[in-house]
Amino acid sequence: MGARSFIAFLAVLAVVGLLAFGLLSKGNVKIAVGDPVPDKVLPALPGPGHGSISEHRGHWVLVNLWASWCIPCGEEAPVLERFFRRHRTRGVTVVGIDVQDNHDDAVAFLRDHPTTYPQLRSVGNERSAAFGSIGVPENFLVNPRGRLALIWRRPVDDRILRERVAPLIEGGK
Amino acid sequence: MRRRATLAAALVLGLLVPTVAAGVTPQTTVTAIEGEVMCPICGTLLELSDSPQAQREKVYVARLVAAGETTAEIKDELVAQYGPAVLALPRASGFDLTAYLVPVLAILVAVLILAFSVTRWRRDGQRPVSGGTATAAPHGADAERLEADLSRYDL
Repeated sequence: MGARSFIAFLAVLAVVGLLAFGLLSKGNVKIAVGDPVPDKVLPALPGPGHGSISEHRGHWVLVNLWASWCIPCGEEAPVLERFFRRHRTRGVTVVGIDVQDNHDDAVAFLRDHPTTYPQLRSVGNERSAAFGSIGVPENFLVNPRGRLALIWRRPVDDRILRERVAPLIEGGK
Repeated sequence: MRRRATLAAALVLGLLVPTVAAGVTPQTTVTAIEGEVMCPICGTLLELSDSPQAQREKVYVARLVAAGETTAEIKDELVAQYGPAVLALPRASGFDLTAYLVPVLAILVAVLILAFSVTRWRRDGQRPVSGGTATAAPHGADAERLEADLSRYDL
């Protein structure tokens, strides 16, 4: 291979590499039931401190992605709080993750919709992308081994929690 | 309609009240910032978005403008809150710098390749053909066949 061909090859490789990087960094990840839950240490809300989903390994965790500007998220918060209070003695917890939001609005949201379960905050859409999120709210049930047992890309209500979430927990699946 | 009125009121309040109260002079305008940042959820400029997230972001921008922050400070704050996707144009630093460098480099490389190729074509065009058979006249049977063909199509 001549020097000129080698340079051309390198140039093509660089362009293809950049295109691939662009595609991979823009595209949302696809997750499925049975996959390990996407996890990362995040700042706690309202702070200080940090937290992660893996802190609760060995327990069932209902991960709730929310944002302060999302109206259904406000309706869902008390439902999740009730669920948490009812099930926490049975090794079940809820972890809220605020996404696509600013800190002040998120704190105000938690003042208006008080919750006692752990709340974390993700900057921008980083966690939304990790969960392959298409909006808020979205809910993910994680089994005690840290794997996804249910992906619910909609708000939950008492009926959904009773009919879709609770049986998985009780069945230990 | 009511939501727009509320948003407008919030923007006006966000702009005026803290400014008047604290005597802060705004360094930029809400309109200018809205034309340079995105609504990350909508994927459009903030000034073109009216989604709930965009409305919150507009109020937040108005608050920062009213607090007297400069354009750069407001953009930094927005990136800290919403991530780098909030910027309409990538930053001229780090990996994002490639967004500006790659097109310039690509144009430079294209110009160099073109200049090199044109020079080569011109040089090849001027070079006399030496000892080639391509332009030599046919002989013998070939010459006869050529004559016959030409006379057949002679108009």
